[in-house]
Amino acid sequence: MEKEMILLVHTSGHAFNIEKALKKRGIQCRLTPIPRKVSSDCGICVRFDPQNLQAVESFVQTLPFEIQGIISEDEA
Amino acid sequence: MMPEMIYLDNAATSWPKPDCVSEAMTDAIRRCGGNPGRGGHRLALAAGELLYEVRERTAEFFGADDPFRVSFTSNITMAVNLVLNGFLNPGDHVLVSPMEHNAVMRPLTAMGISYDILPGDRNGKVLLSEIQRKIRENTRLIIICHESNVSGIVQPIRKIGQIARENNIFLLTDCAQSAGHIPIHINTDNIDFLCFTGHKGLFGPTGTGGVVFGDRVDIGRIRPLVRGGTGSLSESFDQPDFLPDRFESGTQNICGLAGLNAGLKWIEDQGQEKLTQRCRMLMDQLRSGLELVPGIHLYSGEGQVLSITIDGLDNGTAAAELEERWGIMTRIGLHCAPLAHKTLGTFPNGTIRFAVSPFTTQKDIEICTEGCKTLAEESWKKK
Ligand SMILES: Cc1ncc(COP(=O)(O)O)c(C=O)c1O
Repeated sequence: MEKEMILLVHTSGHAFNIEKALKKRGIQCRLTPIPRKVSSDCGICVRFDPQNLQAVESFVQTLPFEIQGIISEDEA
Repeated sequence: MMPEMIYLDNAATSWPKPDCVSEAMTDAIRRCGGNPGRGGHRLALAAGELLYEVRERTAEFFGADDPFRVSFTSNITMAVNLVLNGFLNPGDHVLVSPMEHNAVMRPLTAMGISYDILPGDRNGKVLLSEIQRKIRENTRLIIICHESNVSGIVQPIRKIGQIARENNIFLLTDCAQSAGHIPIHINTDNIDFLCFTGHKGLFGPTGTGGVVFGDRVDIGRIRPLVRGGTGSLSESFDQPDFLPDRFESGTQNICGLAGLNAGLKWIEDQGQEKLTQRCRMLMDQLRSGLELVPGIHLYSGEGQVLSITIDGLDNGTAAAELEERWGIMTRIGLHCAPLAHKTLGTFPNGTIRFAVSPFTTQKDIEICTEGCKTLAEESWKKK
């Protein structure tokens, strides 16, 4: 399987919010614990397929809050 | 033998709660046992998901677009304290309705904030035409108890909010009683700080409540009341400036909020309109039963609570008799709202208060009316 992209958030509520909104837009994603090497203490992140990177990035622009960032699994 | 229980103290806290509320709370303890927002294991995730769900439902319930503009607190008292302490600065001036609760009056007094009481009619309803005259250069906030917990009078918040906006003043509404009884829409009703408590008309358990921030409020300028761990930015000693963490330090009341979530969902499923209509019908029945009784004075508005006094009978005796002889549970005295009682002319003795819920029956009201009538007659005969 291809490496997933990981969206990191500042606080867990944001992850639930993003998961729901992405699914509503037909973008597959899932919530998982954060990768071992990443530090973000809310503990969860949103994973999605790299082919949706652009769609996710433009969606993130519309959020009323900031995310911590998007990394690829390789970087994690 | 004690008569059957008739609970008419729903303005203090609603009882019974729909069964789904206690079921949701049990489920939360069993299934969502982790700490929300701290850690990524399954139990933490389940708790976090629940917390997000109730935030979203609460936002929707009050017409807010952004769920993160809901901050949960342990009750409305805490919510009001958060706003007053976080928003007001020394030198600010505030206008309050003549029906405010001590949840508002005590913090204002302790903070040394200067305030004026808005003129009202004899029922304490704010006179819209008088507001402008009361506004000073340093007036920053208008505080309105939406539905009085003493008489049930309902204030025209939308119009008051309109005047507030025209004068660049913010509006805080105490929706302790009105939430669940009256549809409230934070934007349409021109509210900036919508404070609510979970355990009354929303059918949640005690220990739940919060504030919804309107779009005009610059969150960064509201100082948190409590600071501490949030499960975010833990490397820093500074409080995060983003929502919901800015105002939600410490582990949240997941079990309680699960109950609130279920209460809100129950209202949606039943239809708020239908529930309100039922309560209005019961209140009409109660009002018309008490209205023409000699010796009974009625203090009532359009809400789901009203007060009475009985000539020649002190309230404590009345309450004891009502419970012993008819099983009626009520609340007497000042109801934490001395200002409202001063406005109504019932200070310092207070009143006997009755508040219905959708679980109240017509039979309950019949018995209550009968009980009050009997007490009034007995008191009159003694004279
Ligand atoms: C109008 C009003 N404001 C504030 C409160 C305080 O509510 P709580 O005790 O849930 O903070 C109440 C209820 O007691 C109330 O009726």
